[in-house]
Amino acid sequence: MAKSNKPILWLPFAGGGLVAALITPVLILITGILVPLGVIHLNYETIAAFAHHPIGKLILFGAVALPAWHAAHRLRMTAHDLGLGGGGVKAACYGTAWLVILVAAGALIAT
Amino acid sequence: MSRRPYVRKIERNWWLQHPRYVAYMIRELTSLFVGLYCALLAIGLVRLAQGHAAWDGFVAAFSSPPGVVFQWLCLVFAIYHSVTWFALTPKAMPLMVKGEPVPGKLIVGAHYVAWAAVSAVVLMAAGV
Amino acid sequence: MSETITLEVLRYRPETDSEPHFQRYTVPYRDDWVVLDALNHIKDNLDATLSYRWSCHMAVCGSCGMTINNEPKLSCHTFLRDYRGGVIRVEPLDHFPIERDLVIVMDSFMEKLSGVKPWLIPKQEKPLSDGEYLQSPAELNVFHQYTQCINCVLCYAACPQVGLNEDFVGPAALALAHRYNLDSRDGGKGARADVVASNEGIWECTFVGACSQVCPKQVDPAAAIQQTKISASVDWLKDLLTPGAHR
Repeated sequence: MAKSNKPILWLPFAGGGLVAALITPVLILITGILVPLGVIHLNYETIAAFAHHPIGKLILFGAVALPAWHAAHRLRMTAHDLGLGGGGVKAACYGTAWLVILVAAGALIAT
Repeated sequence: MSRRPYVRKIERNWWLQHPRYVAYMIRELTSLFVGLYCALLAIGLVRLAQGHAAWDGFVAAFSSPPGVVFQWLCLVFAIYHSVTWFALTPKAMPLMVKGEPVPGKLIVGAHYVAWAAVSAVVLMAAGV
Repeated sequence: MSETITLEVLRYRPETDSEPHFQRYTVPYRDDWVVLDALNHIKDNLDATLSYRWSCHMAVCGSCGMTINNEPKLSCHTFLRDYRGGVIRVEPLDHFPIERDLVIVMDSFMEKLSGVKPWLIPKQEKPLSDGEYLQSPAELNVFHQYTQCINCVLCYAACPQVGLNEDFVGPAALALAHRYNLDSRDGGKGARADVVASNEGIWECTFVGACSQVCPKQVDPAAAIQQTKISASVDWLKDLLTPGAHR
């Protein structure tokens, strides 16, 4: 049997799963509950300053890109579980993830 | 006597045929909501890059009733992802100390501590 | 009349049946009987044509695995008393072809099992006169649970990925590969990786975890496979950074 290159897909999946588990719920808590309720105010200057700093860019990129990849890989596997295999599903899942990742990267570079 | 083994094909709805497979499917489905929320964040970064007015528009959009309902759904699934992900960590990353395995509860507990710490830091950074 | 219990058994006789069908048997209920005892009662008293595998009657030989009320179980380890008042549905294990009645065809599993070389491959062969390959209790502790596998293949019946892809190496074989990879006396990880770390090996697993839930010997194949994914990924990265230096 041929040597597998699956680690390319799996390592960011596993890393993204951990990042999503640690950080995604609190992000949704902020944008989905605390801001709409007016408990906190996401000040433009503060956020922009954070996104301007190289470390801030890296953190924001990691918080978007890794969970996005995690989601794409898991969805592809789930589609397979449901009998939806093939190149189309693969392209749709990873393609969407790449789109999200590149949009996020482009926006952070432009900020 | 000739052999004639009977092959049963797995049914497409196999995951409905036992509660543990339904639970697995829900766990896998969390990724849809994690992915969608990532897309929302990516749009947010674009709006941030476009300037003050665009950012305020984005905040107004995700604070609207449909935006809030969507994020509530995302939150439920995201928390389910966290809980199921942490629960499996002792299997993927068992630790041995002095020849004895570290109890799984300790490994899971450490992840919950990390989860609380990350959440607290993010909340403070966001101005709570 | 004393208490009875009904078994619904999936029958398939290749010389007469085009497909399997259920047959009902009513057997005496006894508190200390397991499903295997009920099947033996049927075979001895009601219907001698019923076929099934068994040997030890004590959860050691691993040959009496069946699907009992939708759950892969050892029939020698499943008491009638847990189903009292109901009907017990007995079917052959899922994801294997049916040879006859409750007897499955296990050839594919045997091939997969030998494919992962589940035996000690010493780092350096030494002559018999040099004595044993020594191991400390702590070193044994690292892999001991995986030595408990009895090849009953309940884990294969529980794993949807086995059902979805017949080439998947599967839980028990991958757990045994891990058992030898973890053994301090072993140096065969590279030789096993060709199968273990292939697309049909660990990478078919989606961590459903059912294999570990149904194991009658408390082996944890799901854990073994996830650990192997991590270690195979580390090896893959090493190979990427310094090609040819490993294995």
